[in-house]
Amino acid sequence: MPRGPAVDLANLTATHQRHPAVHHVSAHFAAGSLAAIVGPNGAGKTTLLRSIAGLHRVDEGRVTLSGHKPRVALLPQQSGMDRAFPILCLDVVLQGLWSRLGAFRGASAADRDRAQHALEAVGLGGFARRPVGAMSAGQFQRLLFARLLVQDADLILLDEPFNAVDARTAADLLAVLRRWHGEGRTVLAVLHDLDLVEREFPDCLLLAREAIACGPTAEVLSAQNRLRARMMAEAWDESAPACAA
Amino acid sequence: MDFLFGPFLEFGFMRRALVGCLALAVAAPLLGVFLMLRRTSLTAEVLAHGVTPGIAAGFLIAGLSVPAMSIGGLIAGLLVAVGAGALSRATGGREDAALTALYLIALALGVTLVSLRGDTSDLTHLLFGQVLGVDDPALLMMAGVATLTLPVLALAWRPLALECFDPGFAQAEGVRGGLWHALFLVLVVLNVLAAFQAMGTLMAVGLMMLPAVASRHWARELSGMAYAAVAIAVLSATFGLLASYHLDLPSGPAIVLMAGVLWAVSVIAGPVDGLVARWVRRPHLAG
Repeated sequence: MPRGPAVDLANLTATHQRHPAVHHVSAHFAAGSLAAIVGPNGAGKTTLLRSIAGLHRVDEGRVTLSGHKPRVALLPQQSGMDRAFPILCLDVVLQGLWSRLGAFRGASAADRDRAQHALEAVGLGGFARRPVGAMSAGQFQRLLFARLLVQDADLILLDEPFNAVDARTAADLLAVLRRWHGEGRTVLAVLHDLDLVEREFPDCLLLAREAIACGPTAEVLSAQNRLRARMMAEAWDESAPACAA
Repeated sequence: MDFLFGPFLEFGFMRRALVGCLALAVAAPLLGVFLMLRRTSLTAEVLAHGVTPGIAAGFLIAGLSVPAMSIGGLIAGLLVAVGAGALSRATGGREDAALTALYLIALALGVTLVSLRGDTSDLTHLLFGQVLGVDDPALLMMAGVATLTLPVLALAWRPLALECFDPGFAQAEGVRGGLWHALFLVLVVLNVLAAFQAMGTLMAVGLMMLPAVASRHWARELSGMAYAAVAIAVLSATFGLLASYHLDLPSGPAIVLMAGVLWAVSVIAGPVDGLVARWVRRPHLAG
């Protein structure tokens, strides 16, 4: 029995200024699945992840996670972070304990050990006392993975986790993903590298504002489906009427 | 020795000013560090100028009475804080032009109100501070605000830092960032208000922001910056008051100038990104 929840999207619509970014999407990810979410730019991948995490308002339909209060962690793209902030790497990893420690409780020696182990697991063992300002983009992404490790979530949502990282870092981080998969957690990752998806991700959702296909990766990424995804009109229709569907 | 201790030993008003300013020097720069890290230094300026019309209104009604001016300032400051927050949301975070407009209007309104009744010396007192102005209520206010600021900030420390470093993560983890930020802004308003008797509304922000900006050059980590900022503020307050006494300067500008000197020293000689550290070429390490 996998510890991760099944994720069910039923007729999900989420909008930006009433224009749908995710439009009537129904899809199902089984408990413990390792799935990629792919699609062209502007296909609504980030909005979909944020909707699943409960951070974006759902206009219609719903997101259902199975199980009793599964813990959800989201790795957003790095753009919103202040990488010049004066904070040490170990403290960033300790942030992953927020759900347990909250604003006031102190981190125990065991917590610090756990954070240190997480750093070692992503190849940053010697970085604990290093300020984040001194890190490269790839190292910073490893650091965020260490924080995710400590978060110990049941459902892990990753938004373009391998952007701006080199092949070796990507391979290391991929190993972390496999480890999570092996532990039965549910992992959903937004990705652009379709070769990587075909090689490493058993399941896949092809999104182009609407769900083109969802299921086993080989079937989803058929030539016909890829073509349909590419046909998606990126621009808003300013004069679009209210959706009747 | 007499130069350093004489004024404080000899005159009660200098002692009161010193105690009050030291209390604020321990509390205000910590707020400044967060304002700087959030890149909202301008907000402090706006709040400081925003309290001016309220203080002036209190002055119009009750003369130089600390409670009246403080209540007026508190109301005006909180209104401006709410207004600045609304402007920030309405402009999607690009609020600097609107905030500048806001503080210019607030300042002009404050000066106009004081001119209705007071004379030039009242105006100077209000804007630039007056050591003699630190009477019992003012001293209690300064000490009280510092006493309130430190524990509240200690509780808000982690949420504020997290919200600042990674707002997306904070939101995902359910940190109530808006709530903590509102509390933080109330502390800023209170500190500006407490400082105005000794330093004036124009200069009150100086003790908050200059040590904070200087602290960047002394530490690479938040807690180190906090210690450095407090140390710089304590030195600025002490030597600023001495300069104010010996050279017969208004106390607010004297303290801020002293903080300015220490900031310049930090920029030049500070170990983190200081100019000297950049100029002196040391051989690179092996790995």
